[in-house]
Amino acid sequence: MFSYCTDPSTLGGLTWLSCFLTTGVHLSFYLSFFKVLGLLAVTAPVALAFGFLGAMAARASFAPVSWLGKGYIAIVRGVPDIAFFLFFVIALDQVFEYTRHRILCPDWDQPVRQGNDFIVCQAAKLPLGSSPEWMHETYAFGLAVITFAIVFGAFAANVLFGAMRAVPRAQLETGEAYGMTQRQTFWRILVPQMWVFALPGLSNLWMVLIKATPLLFLLGIEDIVYWARELGGTKTSKFTSYPHGDWRMWYFLALLIFYLLMTKVSETLLGRLMARLTLGQATSGGEAQRKAA
Amino acid sequence: MSCIETIQSYAFRSLGFGERLLPRSDFTLCEQVTLIGSGMIWNIYFGVFALLTGFFMATALAVAKASPRAALRKPAEWFIFLFRGSPLFIQFFFAYFLFLSLKSSYPFFGNFTAAWLGALIVLFLNTAAYSAEIFYGALQSIPKGDTEAADAYGMSGWPRFRRIVWPTMLRLAWPAYTNEAIFLFHATTLVFFSGFPAWQQRGDALYYASYFADKTFNPFVPYPILAGYFILLTLVIVSLFGLVNRHLNRHLPANTRPRFKMRMNLIR
Repeated sequence: MFSYCTDPSTLGGLTWLSCFLTTGVHLSFYLSFFKVLGLLAVTAPVALAFGFLGAMAARASFAPVSWLGKGYIAIVRGVPDIAFFLFFVIALDQVFEYTRHRILCPDWDQPVRQGNDFIVCQAAKLPLGSSPEWMHETYAFGLAVITFAIVFGAFAANVLFGAMRAVPRAQLETGEAYGMTQRQTFWRILVPQMWVFALPGLSNLWMVLIKATPLLFLLGIEDIVYWARELGGTKTSKFTSYPHGDWRMWYFLALLIFYLLMTKVSETLLGRLMARLTLGQATSGGEAQRKAA
Repeated sequence: MSCIETIQSYAFRSLGFGERLLPRSDFTLCEQVTLIGSGMIWNIYFGVFALLTGFFMATALAVAKASPRAALRKPAEWFIFLFRGSPLFIQFFFAYFLFLSLKSSYPFFGNFTAAWLGALIVLFLNTAAYSAEIFYGALQSIPKGDTEAADAYGMSGWPRFRRIVWPTMLRLAWPAYTNEAIFLFHATTLVFFSGFPAWQQRGDALYYASYFADKTFNPFVPYPILAGYFILLTLVIVSLFGLVNRHLNRHLPANTRPRFKMRMNLIR
């Protein structure tokens, strides 16, 4: 990157380090941090939407819809989440390919599962065998996002379902007394008031989502864990102009600090948000704020 | 191979007994159930020992965090933040590579890179931090009347802690601690995906489940089996901890006892 980096073997100390830390692969490493942030930015709203739909379904008066919502909430309890991550990525991939297979190749007569193989016709492959490398990467990342959204959507649904029940019943009855329909009470009375009850659960969920991002590695994405392992490993002078020993420990220490910083920043911001939301609310938190002022 | 023979040869495969080679083709349901069940031995091993040892450290940390003296409080706060604020997955990786580099300079650390010791240490420290936070919360919500009664009886120091504060703390924290135990067991599935090698393919339940999913390219059989085992384990934990909860609350009328409610604090 810098002009003095042409022959690293002559350098020493900090100059060597500054060259080492700005090599092409290291730039990919830094880029993968944005992958993590991107995943967070995409997953959080999608999971919240999934959760909202799940909580709405669980509240429905029509029994099958309510079962569906409650089943969705219940499914992630009792089973290790990483099993879900490993399961959904393959399962979703196969569901997509199978659906396309049925639509695109209706005259295919062999079974899809042959022994240990899952075989669909060429046109149904996702992404198509001929597509460029970035398509494959985007598809894998997309699958990861959907998986995260499904799993975290279930957690969010649980939180929102509880928050909706925590809104005082009298509020809803007042809405009904004013002649509002069910839908109007839901959107105008329930939804605006539930957030203060949902926020502690949702902020907990956000912390968990941050801590779940290294699992991207298990889904086959070239994320920070992948790069830390790659870059940290022993390098001999045969393959690189920056030979070094096994430095994986230091790379993972950097990741550890990155996550601790993320947690600290989130804690501070969410604390402020909570203070704002409780302002003037009829909760013990709101009461404490009123007394302090 | 009949199912009985499969169980004979694979039931303790995760410990290195029985058949050496894992099944390669024509996977039967019996093989999958047996091998994944065999892997559960590791999950139970990690969970039980981390909980047992972590419990004592957590009590000490919680007391230290509640201490008015900064010299005790600050280190406890930092320790808890360090382990609760970062992903367990990264902690495993970091610990593994730390032990690896220590091993090359000090032969004492020879065993630390093996999962049975290295991963157990990480899980122990991790659950100690999480449980300490729970115990600290319980310490803060001990009814004022209890401690005042202890003062009135002239109790102080160790007897006061041992007979008044600690039992009440446990009683209040127990429902949340049950939850912590459940998720600690779930967290043990990360061990063999995070650097620690499964020596001679002796892995945990998820290790074998993903082995089958990779080989058969069919996730719809091994993962539900794994889920079944974990739901069973969760039920066992809930009922065992429920017994302890009943013992802790035996002096209270039934309707005022704190009840266990499944909460999700999930991935670490």
